[in-house]
Amino acid sequence: MPREGILVNNPYERLNTQQIERIHQASLEILRDPGLICFNEKAADIFAASGADVSAAASGDPPHWLIKIPEFLVLEALENAPKTVTLGARNPDNALVMHGEDPRVYFVSGSETNVWLDVDFQTYTKKSDSTVEIRVPEFIPRRGTVADLCKSAHVCEHLETLDGFIRNVNIQDRDITEENKDVNKFFASLNNTTKHVQAGLTSLNQLDNVVNMARLIAGGEEELIKNPIISFITCLVKSPLQFVDDTTETFIEICRKGLPVVVSSSPQAGSSAPIKEAGILALINAEVLAGITLGQLVNRGTPVIYGSVPVRTRMDTLSDSYGAIETSQYNVDCVQLARFYKIPNYSTSGVCDSKTPGQQSSIERLFSDILVTLSGPQYLHCAYGLLDCNSVFCLLQAVLDDAHFQMMKFFLKPPRIDETEINDVLTQIRKVVQTPQKLFISYIRKVMRTGEISPPYPFEGDGETDDVFALAYDRMNELIAKPVNHIDREITSRIFNEIPGLLPRLNTYAEGR
Amino acid sequence: MSEEIIAVLKENVIQGRMTQDDEGIDDSLTGPGVEELTQMALDENIPAKEIIADGLTAGMEIVGDKFNAKEYYIPDMLASAEAVSAAMDILKPLLEDADIKSKGKFAIVTVKGDIHDIGKNIVAILLKGAGYDVEDLGIDVPTEKIVDYVRENKPEYLGLSALLTTTMLVMGEVIEELKTAGLRDTVKVLIGGAAVSDEFAREIGADAYCSDGFQAVKVLDSFQA
Repeated sequence: MPREGILVNNPYERLNTQQIERIHQASLEILRDPGLICFNEKAADIFAASGADVSAAASGDPPHWLIKIPEFLVLEALENAPKTVTLGARNPDNALVMHGEDPRVYFVSGSETNVWLDVDFQTYTKKSDSTVEIRVPEFIPRRGTVADLCKSAHVCEHLETLDGFIRNVNIQDRDITEENKDVNKFFASLNNTTKHVQAGLTSLNQLDNVVNMARLIAGGEEELIKNPIISFITCLVKSPLQFVDDTTETFIEICRKGLPVVVSSSPQAGSSAPIKEAGILALINAEVLAGITLGQLVNRGTPVIYGSVPVRTRMDTLSDSYGAIETSQYNVDCVQLARFYKIPNYSTSGVCDSKTPGQQSSIERLFSDILVTLSGPQYLHCAYGLLDCNSVFCLLQAVLDDAHFQMMKFFLKPPRIDETEINDVLTQIRKVVQTPQKLFISYIRKVMRTGEISPPYPFEGDGETDDVFALAYDRMNELIAKPVNHIDREITSRIFNEIPGLLPRLNTYAEGR
Repeated sequence: MSEEIIAVLKENVIQGRMTQDDEGIDDSLTGPGVEELTQMALDENIPAKEIIADGLTAGMEIVGDKFNAKEYYIPDMLASAEAVSAAMDILKPLLEDADIKSKGKFAIVTVKGDIHDIGKNIVAILLKGAGYDVEDLGIDVPTEKIVDYVRENKPEYLGLSALLTTTMLVMGEVIEELKTAGLRDTVKVLIGGAAVSDEFAREIGADAYCSDGFQAVKVLDSFQA
């Protein structure tokens, strides 16, 4: 049985049918004119062989091609792309089954952050009264390591609401190179969580090693296709409208292997995309459709996910502003577009501009988490623990995020109003009005223990001081202390014998470790 | 047999099952509840003193422990207190013969102008469950009626409840009227409600402020000492 996720009844929609149709037509028009600039020869050849209008640029270094994609290619691709995509897991009960038309949301972590934020608590004494002390968290940034990624995957395994694991730490140990990064980040993740693992690929020549490792864990080549315990994210189109050479090459090879892949585009409204909502939508949709079309031309029926990460520009620095209200609007719009095509959607929420956990971080992430969740994306990268626009990861924040996703999951439970329920409450009301106290309290007791009543906020302190960070920190340490469900000894041994580049210290069973 | 009844009675107090129709906390307990078991115990000639000490009080002590350990919540405590209070109603006629004294008469009232009574009702249930003889005078009760009650019934304790900032001032009036009637020294006045505070209690000359029902039990018990 796959994970349940949370089904959003009557998902929130911003666009009406005519607006969606108009964006769709505008995207098709963009793909025809101006088309895309392609820096990858293989992709240019594939498009040319399939009937697209491909012309080599007269001058250009590096060499590139102009690709004008006709409507029929896009529509065929949309027809051929699977409407249901399964993301497997080491524990099959953690698999995610995503239907493009079904607004069932899975919450997943991400993205790859360079900075790991440690937390320490300092005690301060009140100047005017030395008996009064408060504990205040201090956040200490440092470069992320493979040990951090292991710890993060392990804690995410135990976060109740988290359905899948997108690697969230960029491993920057001294012995990590471009040539061994991919195998180590996938192994560190897979060895510490039994949930689905997704990541981008740093180097195409590591693809075979990563896939072979996954085959060993899944039990073979066919087993991996049936239970794809790993999947990939590729940003093959750089906004505006450019097929990037290396990621396009990577994308083509992943599609050839038939493994699930997110076709992700991340235009920035105001800089790499128009600031107007209609503009960024038409553009991002064109870019994702171009990627999906290429994927289906490479391998008809290969599982692709509509990946939308639109963001608005900050006016003061021209960098990303994930905390901007428009960013949530764009994301909600894209959920609708993906549903229009019946292709599962990778959406984004919870990324904030704030640099440390605190009030700004809570407000920004909750705002987008609630709104985007209500729109019903199938695969929501909801930024557990992420801060500072995806560049910082803090485990304490991830634990705090889990608490607010629990609230959302509770809120989205379907209402229970049926004959039995109505008859029960009518009986209650009649009984209670006859009692002297007229209190319904005695009827709370049973439901209190069946999960029908929402629990209090888990990090509420006893006194008047705000103890949220301290209590969440205790919870984080409880989770860290939980046992890790590692890959078994035999498979681990085969992985370390057959897959080159793995750091020996990651071998759970190595002597003297 | 009698030991068995008392043990089941105690378990039903812990589960807060007043009657056989109550569900309790889980489905493990069925059959007669506290009311029926108390009657059965009397029918078996078990002395009232034993029913109270080994069944009701022993059960409530465990409920208190569970509450302190955060295993039980207020609704659980109230259910048990309500069940005990129903049992005490059955045992009341026998208490004098059995030489069991009530902890004292406690009159509780929501003052004139205020109709809020959730807190008042909870306090009444908890105090009754704790062994006090509780008289609930109701809501929106005129000051003169409260004073008359004190004069005629001589309660040891008077609890005044008010939710509103406008009606809290009536509490001070009640105390002043008790003084005028020469009754202030005959009764300890406790106040409670969202609008009031310890400081306000001191201002109007009340004997204590209780933030909730549990504190009310503690305060009254401290007067016993």
